[in-house]
Amino acid sequence: MKSSLHNKQLMTGNEAAAEAAIQAGCRFYYGYPITPQNEIINHMAMRMPQVGGTFIQAESEIAAINMLHGSAAAGARVMTSSSGPGISLKQEGISYLAGSELPCVIVNVQRGGPGLGDISPSQADYFQAVKGGGHGDYRMIVLAPSSVQEIADLVYDAFDLADKYRNPVMILGDAQLGQMMEPVEFYKPAKTYLPPKKWALTGADGRPKNVIKSFYPVKGELEKFNRRLQKKYRKIEETEVRYEEINTKDADLVLVAYGTCARISREVMNKASKIGYRIGLLRPITLWPFPKDALRRLSQRVRTFMVVEMSAGQMVEDVKLSILGRCPVHFYGRMGGGVPSTNEIINNILEVLPKINAADSVEMIEI
Amino acid sequence: MTEKIMLVGYGGQGMMLFGRLLAQAAMLDGKYVTFFPSYGTEVRGGSACYHLIVSTGEIYSPVVEEADTLIAMNQPSYIKLKDFMKPDSLLLLNSSMVNVEDPPQVKVYRIPATEIANELGNVVASNMVMMGAYNYIKEIIPTHLFLNCLENALRGKKAALYEINKLALERGENYVRNGNLISLPAE
Amino acid sequence: METLYAPPKTLHRVATHYCPGCGHGIVQRLIAEIIDEWDIRGKTIGIAPVGCAVLAYNYLDIDMSEAAHGRPPAVATGIKRVHPDNIVFAYQGDGDLAAIGLAETIHTAARGENITVIFVNNAVYGMTNGQMAPTTLLDQKTTTCPEGRSADEHGSPLRICELLATIDRCSYLTRVSVTNPRNVQKTKAAIKKGFRTQMGKKGFSLIEVLSPCPVYWRMSPIDSMRFIDDEMSRTYPLGTFKDWEKEGS
Repeated sequence: MKSSLHNKQLMTGNEAAAEAAIQAGCRFYYGYPITPQNEIINHMAMRMPQVGGTFIQAESEIAAINMLHGSAAAGARVMTSSSGPGISLKQEGISYLAGSELPCVIVNVQRGGPGLGDISPSQADYFQAVKGGGHGDYRMIVLAPSSVQEIADLVYDAFDLADKYRNPVMILGDAQLGQMMEPVEFYKPAKTYLPPKKWALTGADGRPKNVIKSFYPVKGELEKFNRRLQKKYRKIEETEVRYEEINTKDADLVLVAYGTCARISREVMNKASKIGYRIGLLRPITLWPFPKDALRRLSQRVRTFMVVEMSAGQMVEDVKLSILGRCPVHFYGRMGGGVPSTNEIINNILEVLPKINAADSVEMIEI
Repeated sequence: MTEKIMLVGYGGQGMMLFGRLLAQAAMLDGKYVTFFPSYGTEVRGGSACYHLIVSTGEIYSPVVEEADTLIAMNQPSYIKLKDFMKPDSLLLLNSSMVNVEDPPQVKVYRIPATEIANELGNVVASNMVMMGAYNYIKEIIPTHLFLNCLENALRGKKAALYEINKLALERGENYVRNGNLISLPAE
Repeated sequence: METLYAPPKTLHRVATHYCPGCGHGIVQRLIAEIIDEWDIRGKTIGIAPVGCAVLAYNYLDIDMSEAAHGRPPAVATGIKRVHPDNIVFAYQGDGDLAAIGLAETIHTAARGENITVIFVNNAVYGMTNGQMAPTTLLDQKTTTCPEGRSADEHGSPLRICELLATIDRCSYLTRVSVTNPRNVQKTKAAIKKGFRTQMGKKGFSLIEVLSPCPVYWRMSPIDSMRFIDDEMSRTYPLGTFKDWEKEGS
């Protein structure tokens, strides 16, 4: 994407998320203040009245996610945003949204946890996002941007994906991406017309009634519904995987990282090449569906992987499941608001690489 | 060209505005730029620290691990952040509020930014004094682009502040131009 | 032959899951009657709670959404903001509205959200087999206060209309019952007025309906109705607590 300079604006990732939603035709936003995502709610409070939209500062994150439920059921494009503690409060609502097959976008600007934690960048909500933090067998499409421009692009796409599959979509960012300013351009067309949704609640004027529900008390019905959901999820897994692969061809080691950690890993690649190491990067853009086929393919020629996360190692489990023990998977992470430095990662790579070389003649499986 | 800058000071010394305007001007100059507030433990206790990278190429990590330039507005922040400098770093100290010995191997400029801003009648403009000095030394961006951004930022009720900020910028520039320097790195 | 009486079209003719003597069927039928009389099926949207009335959408032939426990006012808010000219009502029980969802109730009222809440107060959790509700009367026995509710141990009953009456943005608050035909007609008039409040964009309206739960009150249906008239309406006096028409607003 090359663009002319005068269309660029310097914005925080949070502001870009909010503005991109408006460009995508979102006219309903419900939020509750929590750091480090306050620029989203502030931007929405300013912008929604300008575009004839609705902004409500809800009495709680719980109320916000349920207002979202209402507007999604009514057929509108709708968004909420929060961070760790607030996203936890929204989990019941997210389960209902998934169970009622309601399209909507939820932004999580991750902060350190558990508990109140701190307001520093973190990626420790990975499990909660991709494995389903709420109850029941459901999935959310989870998109992980790594720049302010990509936040704008993915938020815009998120609304289309949500509508396409009638499913909640989460944007999984972090405090650093949310607070960071970078040039951004809203080059996709601002949506003013959106096709009506036949299933939505509008008043049953001249048609059979529509019911939005996730309650199936008659024996067997709920399982049937679950099977249908799972079929939809398989379709999403087949169709919507996104990732970026850089320099993996002759790599001694491939880093796997998303979001902020992917950018730091990219810097590591450059530094490492200067001292003679060939390092590749696989950056998942969709965390669910996870790019497991790409990793499986890579594992046939790559000798080792290292996952870098701002967590105790959550995505590392999905990487291991993808490559099924074909080669070792190492991990380097920081927790509780720590951001890994390039030197820390390089030192870890240097510790790992000689072992790989030594193990060339030996079977080495580590899961 | 890649320039990694750390801006540190007390909250309220205008480092946020300094960084944002510089980032905006660099963007208008066609450069890649990242700018964000640091959350690290090094900034706890009243210090504000911002990471700013300006580059002619794509910027990967936005985190400044080694600063090409450190601009320090007060002593406690300087002491907390000085280890982010490397041997050839540029150090700009607000000498009105920082009184330390020269660190080894870095090029130090001491600019009495708070005093200069005070003389101009607005202590808050000390950030612009530093910006003037910094850009004179490094020539990161064309000054007129920075002034455009400054003017845009100071609209409405704040419009009256534009002239004094512009003046502060010039004073900072002149201060360095007139050779009010400098300690070169000790060999 | 002239038809003198027929069940409302908006009420599906299916077997009810409500227990014998339950008040929910009466209230939902009244809603269906009003929708027929005013011919507003095409613009009415309801929200069903978690509780005995969760299946309200099996009886009412209108667009409806389920809501998580306690959250119908938030869901109603989200719907109404998208369709401001529709009639949107939240149908809730006492556990839903007065316990887990009290924050949503109060703040939806405080925003003066242009919706109607139909609050069926039967002083007990019916769906989960008769536990204590915030509106359970003092000395009333439930499975979680088997010796009877005591103010010292369990706190005092919540009077929702009186509580909400302190909120400036509330437009219409009334408490009615379904104990006899006259009261049933009053309830119908109150729901109509709630809908009219919305149609006139006058803001938040709530109709509290004192309703029997013979099974968990362990009484006959007739005794349950007497209990409402003689006991329950002493703690929860019938009447109108806020009325935008009378305040000239």
